[in-house]
Amino acid sequence: MLTVEHLTVNYGAIRALNGISLDVREGEIVALIGSNGAGKTTTLNAISGVLPIAAGTIRFMERDITNLPPHQITASGIVHVPEGRRVFPRMTVMENLEMGAYTCKDKEAIRKGFKEVFQWFPRLEERKRQLAATLSGGEQQMLAMGRALMARPKLMLMDEPSMGLAPMLVDEIFKIIRAINAAGTTILLVEQNAHLALSIAHRAFVLETGEMVLSGPAAELANNPEVRKAYLGE
Amino acid sequence: MFWQQLINGIALGSTYALIALGYTMVYGIIQLINFAHGEIYMVGAFAALVFVMIFKMNIFLAMVLAMAVCLLMGVVIEFIAYRPLRRSSRLSALISAIGVSTFLSTLVLLIFGADAKGFPDHVFPVVQIHIGSAEISSLQLLIIGISALLMLSLEFIVHHTKIGKAMRATSQDYTTAALMGVNVNLVISFTFALGSALAAAGGVLVGIYFNAVSFNMGLMAGLKAFAAAVLGGIGSIPGAMLGGVLLGVVEVLGVAAGYSSYRDAIAFAILVGVLMFKPTGLLGQKIQKKV
Repeated sequence: MLTVEHLTVNYGAIRALNGISLDVREGEIVALIGSNGAGKTTTLNAISGVLPIAAGTIRFMERDITNLPPHQITASGIVHVPEGRRVFPRMTVMENLEMGAYTCKDKEAIRKGFKEVFQWFPRLEERKRQLAATLSGGEQQMLAMGRALMARPKLMLMDEPSMGLAPMLVDEIFKIIRAINAAGTTILLVEQNAHLALSIAHRAFVLETGEMVLSGPAAELANNPEVRKAYLGE
Repeated sequence: MFWQQLINGIALGSTYALIALGYTMVYGIIQLINFAHGEIYMVGAFAALVFVMIFKMNIFLAMVLAMAVCLLMGVVIEFIAYRPLRRSSRLSALISAIGVSTFLSTLVLLIFGADAKGFPDHVFPVVQIHIGSAEISSLQLLIIGISALLMLSLEFIVHHTKIGKAMRATSQDYTTAALMGVNVNLVISFTFALGSALAAAGGVLVGIYFNAVSFNMGLMAGLKAFAAAVLGGIGSIPGAMLGGVLLGVVEVLGVAAGYSSYRDAIAFAILVGVLMFKPTGLLGQKIQKKV
């Protein structure tokens, strides 16, 4: 579904990604793990078109999307839930969700989208007239995910959904991620909490200072002694 | 006396508000103080003058066409002078804006000369209407009415249309708006179009009100409107409206109180005061630094 080949990204003179390759197949949850500064967020930003790409290609559904502007990549079916939620603070919950459906022209589909999102996240319906800035961290994460679902994505890029959330909420969010995947949305998940990510992913890639060092089925990586030592705290 | 000055102040302040809106909207989206904005206002006044004097048009039609001219000009200026510098430092774009400003005022100076031009007397029939002890002229009513109409339309666009929502989203979080599928370049062009059209309307109204249109009228009006935008809170649309009207009223009351030689200083004293004591302005948002 998504094929990234030899992707290189620079920040000025600093090389953030050095020719990495990864692929995501339809229906999967693929985890991208690695320590702080390894280039996980950079990878997602390059895929969604927010960052300029120095070299390499990105193909999505048989189509070359390398260097397309972000709004065209979104329209092609990839939606990015950015790190730190990034909800629109001075817009209401409803308006945030409407922004998620920005590329969708079919009014009926948008109505259906609202219904589905409120089924996933009943809390959002209770707060739909509230400004997003007044929501708690967990609610903002729900809003960011709901907003992405409004676009009816084929592939969802999720960046650190557990960041700054209480453990109970993290479990809830990950349960929903799994359910969203089961309902047919493919997911590429970036997560610092490697243990959590490997527990729900089908496959995983390990990134280390801009290089892809390991990849394989998530269960296998979870038992890999190197991974256990470096990322699972053993 | 007070009521009379209040009416005069609101009329003048409405025109400041029209210009201030352009500053504030553009700043809200790309954090640029568009110093060429005052010159767009000036070109708007000249465009209407040309339509009235040479093409013998009705003033309302001339105003609409002047707004269209400036709308296009705003989009073109952004495309040529600011877009290539989007990834450069903010200072580069600011210098580019000052360049555009100088270019436009010099161009108009070359074409129309240095002396102030006026609209013909019959362009809009002026009658005085008495309200108690004060009187309001039909021209002041026109200025207040058109400004109010334009500002209400702007509020409608920003809150109830898709492109308006995209504008607000882009000003709150540029990158995330792009991730939602918003074509941010289009939104930026649209913002310049709206702001420039409003400034043009302001230029035409002021041109009729003072019966003077000159190549350097954009400088002082632009600076004062900028002060008004800062007073209201730069980036805030209701703030620009409030700041504009307040500034007009304070200026007129100051002049009426006998400080007419400080007329222009009043605006800048307010600007300095706001920046020193409440940099976010009256209705401005706290700037959130994202990590």
